[in-house]
Amino acid sequence: MKVRVLVSFKDSVLDPQGQAVKNALHTLGYGGVIDIRQGKVFEIELEDISVEEANRIIPEISDKVLANPIIEKFEYQIIE
Amino acid sequence: MIDKKLLKEHNLTEEEYHLIVELIGKEPNLTELGIFSLMWSEHCSYKSSKIHLKKLPVEGKDVIQGPGENAGIIDIGEGLAVVFKIESHNHPSFIEPYQGAATGVGGILRDIFTMGARPIAIMDSLRFGPLDKPKNRAIMDGVVAGIAGYGNSIGVPTVGGEVYFNDCYSLNPLVNVFCLGIAEKDKIFYAKAEGAGNPVLYVGSKTGRDGIHGATMASAEFGEDLEEKRPNVQVGDPFKEKLLLEACLEVMDQNLIVGIQDMGAAGLTCSTSEMASNSGSGIEINLDLVPQREEGMTPYEIMLSESQERMLIVAKKEKVADVQKVFAKWDLDAVIIGRVTDNGRLIVNAGGKTVVDIPVDPVVNLCPAYRRPSAVPAYLEPQSQLDPAPSIPEDFNKAMEKLLSSPTISDKEWVFRQYDHMVQTNTALLPGADASLLRIKNTNRALAVALDGNSLYAYLDPKAGGKIAVAEACRNLSCVGASPIGVTNCLNFGNPEKPEIMWQFQNVIEGITEACQAFNIPVTGGNVSFYNDTEGVSIHPTPVLGVVGRLDDVDKTTSPSFKQEGDILCLLGQNKNELGASEYLKYVHKQKRGLVPQIDLSTEKKVQELCIAAISQGLLSSAHDVSEGGLAVCLAECSFLSEQKIGFTVDLQDNIRVDALLFGESQSRICVSVRAENFEPLRKLAEEHALSLAVLGKTGGDRLVIHHKGKELLNIPVLHGYNIWKQNIPDAFRMN
Amino acid sequence: MKFGVVIFPGSNCDYDTYFVLKDVFDQETTFLWHKEHSLHDVDCVVLPGGFSYGDYLRSGAIAKFSPLMQEVKEFADKGGLVLGICNGFQVLLELELLPGAMTRNKNLKFLCQHVHLRTENTHTPFTNRARKGDVIKIPIAHFDGNYFVEPETLHTIKQNDQIIFRYSEPNGHLSERANVNGSMHNIAGLINTGGNVLGMMPHPERASEAILGSKDGRIIFESIIHWLR
Repeated sequence: MKVRVLVSFKDSVLDPQGQAVKNALHTLGYGGVIDIRQGKVFEIELEDISVEEANRIIPEISDKVLANPIIEKFEYQIIE
Repeated sequence: MIDKKLLKEHNLTEEEYHLIVELIGKEPNLTELGIFSLMWSEHCSYKSSKIHLKKLPVEGKDVIQGPGENAGIIDIGEGLAVVFKIESHNHPSFIEPYQGAATGVGGILRDIFTMGARPIAIMDSLRFGPLDKPKNRAIMDGVVAGIAGYGNSIGVPTVGGEVYFNDCYSLNPLVNVFCLGIAEKDKIFYAKAEGAGNPVLYVGSKTGRDGIHGATMASAEFGEDLEEKRPNVQVGDPFKEKLLLEACLEVMDQNLIVGIQDMGAAGLTCSTSEMASNSGSGIEINLDLVPQREEGMTPYEIMLSESQERMLIVAKKEKVADVQKVFAKWDLDAVIIGRVTDNGRLIVNAGGKTVVDIPVDPVVNLCPAYRRPSAVPAYLEPQSQLDPAPSIPEDFNKAMEKLLSSPTISDKEWVFRQYDHMVQTNTALLPGADASLLRIKNTNRALAVALDGNSLYAYLDPKAGGKIAVAEACRNLSCVGASPIGVTNCLNFGNPEKPEIMWQFQNVIEGITEACQAFNIPVTGGNVSFYNDTEGVSIHPTPVLGVVGRLDDVDKTTSPSFKQEGDILCLLGQNKNELGASEYLKYVHKQKRGLVPQIDLSTEKKVQELCIAAISQGLLSSAHDVSEGGLAVCLAECSFLSEQKIGFTVDLQDNIRVDALLFGESQSRICVSVRAENFEPLRKLAEEHALSLAVLGKTGGDRLVIHHKGKELLNIPVLHGYNIWKQNIPDAFRMN
Repeated sequence: MKFGVVIFPGSNCDYDTYFVLKDVFDQETTFLWHKEHSLHDVDCVVLPGGFSYGDYLRSGAIAKFSPLMQEVKEFADKGGLVLGICNGFQVLLELELLPGAMTRNKNLKFLCQHVHLRTENTHTPFTNRARKGDVIKIPIAHFDGNYFVEPETLHTIKQNDQIIFRYSEPNGHLSERANVNGSMHNIAGLINTGGNVLGMMPHPERASEAILGSKDGRIIFESIIHWLR
C-alpha cells in the first residue's frame, strides 16, 4: 500500500517560504496568485495492511514524527 | 564495438585509444574504456598542465607531503601538521549552483580528513557575473547557500574568502573551495593498498547513478546542450559525511587501517587504481558486494558513479571486525568488497564474470602529457595600452561613491553571515579581515590563511597576475602578523587546446613560480580547472592562490579596523603613477585595460617583513593592505570596519595623477594606524628595514577626508560611504 | 559537580561546549552518547548545537527519540539542570520540555552573527550571576531560530516569567531590527515552569574567551557553577 502524507504550516503560523514564492510569482507577472502555502510531502510504502489499519497508524506517525503539531497540520491519502 | 563516436563520447582521441590498446595488450571492453576515459581525462590526469606544473617550487624543510596526494602537508611543530588544499567545482556549480557548491565543499573536506586531519576551516574564492542580471543573482544565491548548507551542517567553519565580479563569469562562475585541517604528525594516512590479502572495504553512502562522467564533464566545454548534462549532478549529504568523518578519524586514531582514499570524481575507478598504483600492488573487487541505491546498475555505471560521501579503505586483515565496529557505532556499513593483490592489476568481477582486467600502471601513470601549442593572445597588445588616457573626474566624491558600489569592493557580509564561521571556536578574526586567523587550541599558536587572485591582472599580464596573486596573499597574511609557510593553488582557465589559453597558463605559472621562490614558500598541491568556456567565450585566466601562514603568538596580531581617534596613519610602501587594470578604470570608466601594476618582489618582501615586525612588537593599531580600489578605498574600509565608524583626514604629497593616487592599485603597500607614542619606534623600525615611512594623516572625526598638497579631493561622511558599501549587495538581492 | 555534554549523530558544537566547561572553567565534564541509557550521575546536561540526524525532517525532530533523551526527560522531570543550546533548544521544544516551536528565520537565510540579548529573569540557575536588564553579546548560528508559540501560551510564559533572553539593541532597547530571525516577542531564551530547563538559540560557548571577541557567554556557565556549588 502507498500513502501520501502532506504536512504544512497551520493557518495561524506565518509561512515565509510560501510568501517568498508568492512574491516571486507576482514579480514574474502572475498577479492572479492570491496565496501560497508551502509544505512537505511524504510517500510511504507500507506492507499490505487493511485500510482501517492504515487509517489508524498513518495519523499516529504523522502526529508523532512527520509533523510538529505545534506549528504543522497534516492530511493524507491512500494512493495505491 | 568501440568506434569514433564512442571515443568522442569518452573524450578520448584515436591516438590515445591506440596507446591504451598497446599498453594493456588488448582491445578494452566498454567498462575498461570508461575507466580510461575517467583516469585519462584532463581533470584526473593533468595531461595539458603537468609539464608546466613541474616548474613550481615544491621543496621546503617543513614539507611532509607535496603535490600528488589528496592534500599537501606541512609540519608546524609541537607534533602537529597542517593539511590543506584548494579545489574547483566550477562546472557542477554552473549546472546546479546549490548542489554543485555543496558537493564541492564535501569533496575538499574528504580530501583533508582522508589524510587523518580534522578539518578546521573552509574558505572560498567565488567569481560571478554582474548582479544586475537575474541569472547571476540566482547562481550566487545558490552557490552561497550550497556552501553554507554543507559546511554549516558538518560543523566546519567557513571563515572567509573572496568574491569578485566580472562579465566573463556570467556563464561560467568559479567556485574554488579551500580546506585546512590539523593532524598529529604521526597519524597521517595515505592512499595505500599494501599487503596482499588485506581486505578492501567500502564505507559510506550507497552507489547510485549520480554524476556518471562528471570528471569528463569538467574536461569539456559547455555548448548549448547544457540541459542534457543536468542528470549528472550529484546531491550532497552533509549528515552522512559528518558520520563518515567521525568514523574515519576514529579508525585512524585506533590505527586499524593501512590506507584510505575518498571516492570523489571518478569514484571507485580512481580509488582502486590509485591506491594500487601508489603501492605497486593490485586490487581485486566484486561489484556484487558494492552497496547500491538503484536497481540494475551495470558494471560500467558502478565503476564510474560519482555518488558522494563514500570512501575506500584497506584495513589490516586482523582488524576488520574492529573497523566494522567503529563504523557501526556511527550507523555506517563497512562492507568488504575485495582484497589487495600483488599482481599489479585491477580486476573487477560482477555476476560471476570478470568485467575488468587491466594493469593499473597505464591507467594511473601512463596518460600522455601534452605540450600544447601556445601563442600570445591578439587582445593583449591593444588592451595593455591606456591610450587615450581616461579623463580625470571632476568630482572625486562621486567617483568614490561609485567605486564603493562596485560589488567587488562592497561589503560581503551578505555572503559571510550565511556561513557558520565560528563553529569549533577557533576563529580569532571575523570574515572581512585581510586574512583568516585560527587559533590552535592548547597551544599559543595560530594559523592564518588568505586567498587571492585578481583575474583582470592575469588577463592583461598573466605573468604579473601570477606574481601579484602570490604577493598579495602573503601581504594579507602579513597584515595579521603571520609569515607564509605553504601555498596551494587553483588555476582556472579556458580551453587549453586554444594556443592563447595555453600561453596564459604558462605565463601565470612562471609568475607564481617566481613569487614563490622569492618568498621561499613551497607549493604543496592544488588543482587545475581547464575548459572554463561557455558558448566559445573563455573566462579571464584566474589563478587563485591559497597561502597558509604561521603566527607563533596568537596575541600578537591586529586587524584592519581603526581602533581609536587620533592615531597616526602611515603608509608602508610607495604610491606610484599606476592606473592600469584597476577596479576604478573597470567600474568607473568601463575600461578593462592598461598596464598591470609593477611589482618588485624584493621590495614587497621588505614591506611585509616590516609589517610583521611592527605587529609582533605591538606597535600597530591596525593594518590593511592596499588593493582593489586603491588607497582611498583601503582607508575607507578601515573606517567602515571600526566599531565606532572612526573617520580620517589625510594629506597626500605625491606628484602623480590624482586619480591614480586615490584609486590606483600600485603593489607593495600597507596602510597602518599607530598610537602617537608608537610612531617613533615604528619610524626606527622602518629605517632598520631600509624603508621609508610616509605619514598620511590621522584617524578621527566622522568623515572620510583626503587632501592633496592641501587641496581637498575627497570629503564624505563615514556613514554615507558606509551605507553604500554595506547595502550594495543586499540591495541587489532585494531587486527581485 | 559534573557536566554531561550529549552527542547525537550530527552534533557539531559538542567539542566546543566540552572545551569551555573542561578547559576554560576547569569543571569535570563527560560526553554522553545518544545510544546510552545512563546519564552517568551528571549534575547538569548540556544539549549542544549542531544538526542532529542532519535535521532533515525538522530541527531536533529525530533526536528526541534517542534512548538517552528518555533519560534526560526523566532527569528534567526530577528537577535536574538541562541547558539546550541552538539545536539543543530545538530538541527541547520537540521533546515538549519547553513550549513552542522553531520556524525558518524571517529572511530565509542561515544567520551567523553576534547579537545582543537583554537578560529578563535572573532568578534562575542559569542567570543568577547576571543583573536583570544586562545586555550581553553572544553569537547566533542557525537557520531555524524564528520562535513561534500560540498567543495563549505566550501569555502564560510571560506571566510565569519564563522568558530569559530577548534579542535587543546594544543599549537594551527591543526592536524589530534587533530581532534578526523574526522570533515572536524577540524571544531568544526560555525556561520551563520548573525553572530547571533552559533553551537558548545563541551560543554562550562561542563567547567565553577573549580571543573569540566576547566573554559575555561566561555568565551562563558561571551561574550554573555557582548554583550547583
